[in-house]
Amino acid sequence: MAKQEKKWELRLYVAGKTPKSVAALNNLKKYCETHLKGQYRIEVIDLLKKPQLAEGDQIFAIPTLVRKVPEPIRKIIGDLSNEEKVLVGLNIRSLNEV
Amino acid sequence: MQLLSKTKTGINGLDEITMGGLPRGRPTLICGGPGCGKTLMALEFIVKGATLYNEPGVFMAFEEKAEELATNVASLGFDLDKLQRNKKLRIDYVHIDRTEVEETGEYDLNGLFIRLDHAIKNIGAKRVVLDTIENLFAGLTNQAVLRAELRRLFQWLKDKGVTSIITGEKGQGTLTRHSLEEYVSDCVIFLDHRIVSQVSTRRLKIIKYRGSLHGTNEYPFLIDEEGITILPVTSLKLDKNVSTKRISTGVPSLDDMFGGKGFYKGSSILVSGSAGTGKTSIAGSFANETCMRKEKCMFFAFEESPQQILRNMKSIGLDLTKHVKKGLLEFHSFRPGLYGLEMHLARMYKLVKKFKPEVVILDPITNFVSVGLLAEVNSMLLRLIDGFQSEGITLMLTALNSGTTEHIDENVSSLVDTWILVRDIERDGERNRGIYIMKSRGMKHSNQVREFIIGSKGLDLIEVFRDDNDEVLIGSARKARQKEKMAQTGQNGNGQFKARIKK
Repeated sequence: MAKQEKKWELRLYVAGKTPKSVAALNNLKKYCETHLKGQYRIEVIDLLKKPQLAEGDQIFAIPTLVRKVPEPIRKIIGDLSNEEKVLVGLNIRSLNEV
Repeated sequence: MQLLSKTKTGINGLDEITMGGLPRGRPTLICGGPGCGKTLMALEFIVKGATLYNEPGVFMAFEEKAEELATNVASLGFDLDKLQRNKKLRIDYVHIDRTEVEETGEYDLNGLFIRLDHAIKNIGAKRVVLDTIENLFAGLTNQAVLRAELRRLFQWLKDKGVTSIITGEKGQGTLTRHSLEEYVSDCVIFLDHRIVSQVSTRRLKIIKYRGSLHGTNEYPFLIDEEGITILPVTSLKLDKNVSTKRISTGVPSLDDMFGGKGFYKGSSILVSGSAGTGKTSIAGSFANETCMRKEKCMFFAFEESPQQILRNMKSIGLDLTKHVKKGLLEFHSFRPGLYGLEMHLARMYKLVKKFKPEVVILDPITNFVSVGLLAEVNSMLLRLIDGFQSEGITLMLTALNSGTTEHIDENVSSLVDTWILVRDIERDGERNRGIYIMKSRGMKHSNQVREFIIGSKGLDLIEVFRDDNDEVLIGSARKARQKEKMAQTGQNGNGQFKARIKK
């Protein structure tokens, strides 16, 4: 994968500090540090504080991770506990590399 | 004891059937197959709430985008954009695409709750629609989570105190594909779109309504340029008010047969006869007479177009066009095959409700047999007669009766108050018409057969001529014998006839 020059913009939607949300954020940070060091940015949006943002990214499940850049937009819902799935889902690692 | 409070839907007829509307502050499930009108009914609930009852509403669409919805209902006169600008309505389109979404680990649907909550607070919504929430099942794989979350969602809606409608697609052997009826148990409405003999009819049935009485029948409904109309026309009570007022038939000599006064106002009249006996002409005269009294008349024609009827009536000296222009007479012409029986009934009912005529004419009812079984036609006519009579409308039905078709007139005759029969009498190589009054409830009426004449000045009845052998003569035979007799005795055997000639 040509990930060298890419900038990764990730957005994690949560609703308060629930165990699922905390787990998701921790998991995400861990994967990014391992695979995308220095090339990523994580923005955490708490919908309890900014509910108006849920509509724009079509959020219905919590937590939801949205890959804004690179396009196309990809979404992963859940606490991101399965590393392989997250990496494939975000296209950080293609299926044949797994 | 506190009764269940209800929220008026504003949908024509639905509030009558549910005896006041949907359960306030609770969810109602509307289910049915594709194209049955679920979305429209849900949307009308929101629009009517916003426009009639000042109850803003949130429409959460899982199927159609906001713009699509707005376009689809623009033809019904619902201006969704304006309602949204005025903060009376909020449409939130929830897009779920499995190919875009990956699932890993635990999640919940709090995002949906937050969106809904935000939308409700934003406009102070009292009504909520979730259309069709089952689409979540297609977008998410973890069914256990989904079911638990839906249960929580419906409870949450109740706690919010909003009156909500959830729509669901009909499943195999279940009301909805994913058994939503297990979660929404307060009120369940089922919509059906059936096609029998290539004619479609929409029907509505209230499957359950906890804590409330409701109509239990299947009610036909129609979707037209004004949205949904449901017609609770199945009530068969026999407690209508009766009038002793009499109204003219439009033919003076026919009035004579009814003791000189004509029909009872608000009664039902059947005119039956074989082809070409002048049934439509009798109906036309009655319509003309009604309009002359400055009363409104609605004419349903199932055989001829309004123009045809106007032209034909002109040929017998009846100018109906001027009544149409004045707005006293309204024609509605359509083929019976256009809709199913229920739809016809519903449509006629609706038109009548709008126009508020004193007299309604159906010409002829026999054609309905082409769209339904005789028993169904009878049941429809029964409801039609009951429905119109309860509004005090005088109803005239014409029916074709010939040797080959089923005798609809005999079946209907028990339902009507007055039955006039026009019959062909063939004799001496000519066809003449004889008119009888088979029955007329509650009034003195002639038991004689009269000769029925259609001329360029209108209709007339002539007493038949009885010769010395007590033989009934009509047509040219009557004229010939009459002349003969007059020549002999200087008077005819029939005083009334002579008087008429003088006139």
